[in-house]
Amino acid sequence: MTTPQLEGWFVREVLPLEAALMQFLRQSWPNKSELDDLRQEVYVRVCEAARKEIPYPAKPFVFAVARNLLVDRVRREHVVSIETVSDLDALGVAVEEPGPDRNAMARQELRRLQAALDQLPPRARQAVLLRKIEGLSYREIAVRMGIGEDTVSEHLSKAMYALADTLYGDPLGGKS
Amino acid sequence: MSATQSGSPLPDARIIGEQAAAWLERRERGGFTEEDNTAFEAWLAESAAHQTAYWRVRAAWERANRLSAFGPQSDVLRKTRAPEKSSAQLFRRVAAAMVAVVALGAGAAFYFSQSAPPADLTYATTVGGKKAIMLTDGSRIELNTDTILRLDGANRRKVWLDKGEAYFDIHHNASHPFVVIANGHRVTDLGTKFFIREDADRLEVALIEGRASLESVGKKSKPQILTPGHFAVATASLTSVTAKPVATLANDLSWRNGTLIFRGMTLADAASEFNRYNRKKLLVNDPKVARLKIDGTFPANNVEAFLDAVQSALKVRVEDRGSEAVISH
Repeated sequence: MTTPQLEGWFVREVLPLEAALMQFLRQSWPNKSELDDLRQEVYVRVCEAARKEIPYPAKPFVFAVARNLLVDRVRREHVVSIETVSDLDALGVAVEEPGPDRNAMARQELRRLQAALDQLPPRARQAVLLRKIEGLSYREIAVRMGIGEDTVSEHLSKAMYALADTLYGDPLGGKS
Repeated sequence: MSATQSGSPLPDARIIGEQAAAWLERRERGGFTEEDNTAFEAWLAESAAHQTAYWRVRAAWERANRLSAFGPQSDVLRKTRAPEKSSAQLFRRVAAAMVAVVALGAGAAFYFSQSAPPADLTYATTVGGKKAIMLTDGSRIELNTDTILRLDGANRRKVWLDKGEAYFDIHHNASHPFVVIANGHRVTDLGTKFFIREDADRLEVALIEGRASLESVGKKSKPQILTPGHFAVATASLTSVTAKPVATLANDLSWRNGTLIFRGMTLADAASEFNRYNRKKLLVNDPKVARLKIDGTFPANNVEAFLDAVQSALKVRVEDRGSEAVISH
């Protein structure tokens, strides 16, 4: 498996599971500040395994990795809260949960993009729209917004970070 | 539970994510040198966490390329529109902040021909068509069937609805209100979202949430402030405001996902609704048949399905003549 193939598989099969994965982590792990770190570690483990052999289907594999990771963390940390144990026991439910079907996801894509845009700070959103819709260069965006090109960079970089979180982790806009 | 001090901490996803976004942004900006690239490759190779974080931000950014679908000429939004009604949550969002303005106006062009600036942009749909326009301030306008809308080229917070119907999802800016001029009236957005429809000689404004003001252009009348549930009908001489259930007003927006929702509507009114969306025209000549009531949700562009339904539900006769169909008993 080459790196581009791995990336393609990861983007196609794993990233769309992120909202469900985050929901599962939220329900299972008491320390909310660690959720993103756990998600990242799940991705690392999933990709390291996939580099040797692509797991099929992806979803139960990703959730099994997540479950094992949580078990590892619980053991390492020596402190096991009762909620954590019971939530781990309830894990099978999340794995069986049907994901949104592909067609529905395609139909909702623009709506999700829009919801993600709505959550950006106004200036960052404006920079993204000028870049993606009007196809402007950094210089043109800077002129249009009356700011420096470095500030355009800051807006876009923040937007890129935020869009990944909302598009993958929270596609319905934080209400779930 | 405080157990994090034992066990090795996981790498900080937020920091890595921000680094990944910063690299992506530098590549997006251009002028990425060989040196930059070496540093970038080294960062990527440092850990699988860097790699997956980078893939993730890049994939999201590429997904955002689809935003170009919101460009003025694109119909992509129409094809991929999500069915709002299937999600209570989305429905609430739509219904929650909506001003509906329905304008009926053959005379509309007359009112605006003098005032339009030279650089405005015209958007139009044909019968049965839909189109979405995304403005750079984040506002969105969706045109329904057989509609003409002009955007002020100099002031992009002002549009003229010359004909038809449009839904406005306005990025609110208190110091720069969004103004819609339709059929001799001005609707000023004091909240966030609203829709407008034009038919023959009147303007209708319905408000679900937020606030809007409605006033006549060129007349010294007091602006009417509309609040949720208000349904205003304005003609050249008169403006009346009634209250409607918000859910009923939301039904009037069903065209956004290509459906028509009828609740106790007469067959005559339902037929004329269908006629707005289709070349094949429905005729209901018999007054008794015209008064029959119908309930249901129909695809706006499927006249045949509608005819089948009324035929079996209302026991009426349908004579299909190709370009038109006559409903009788």
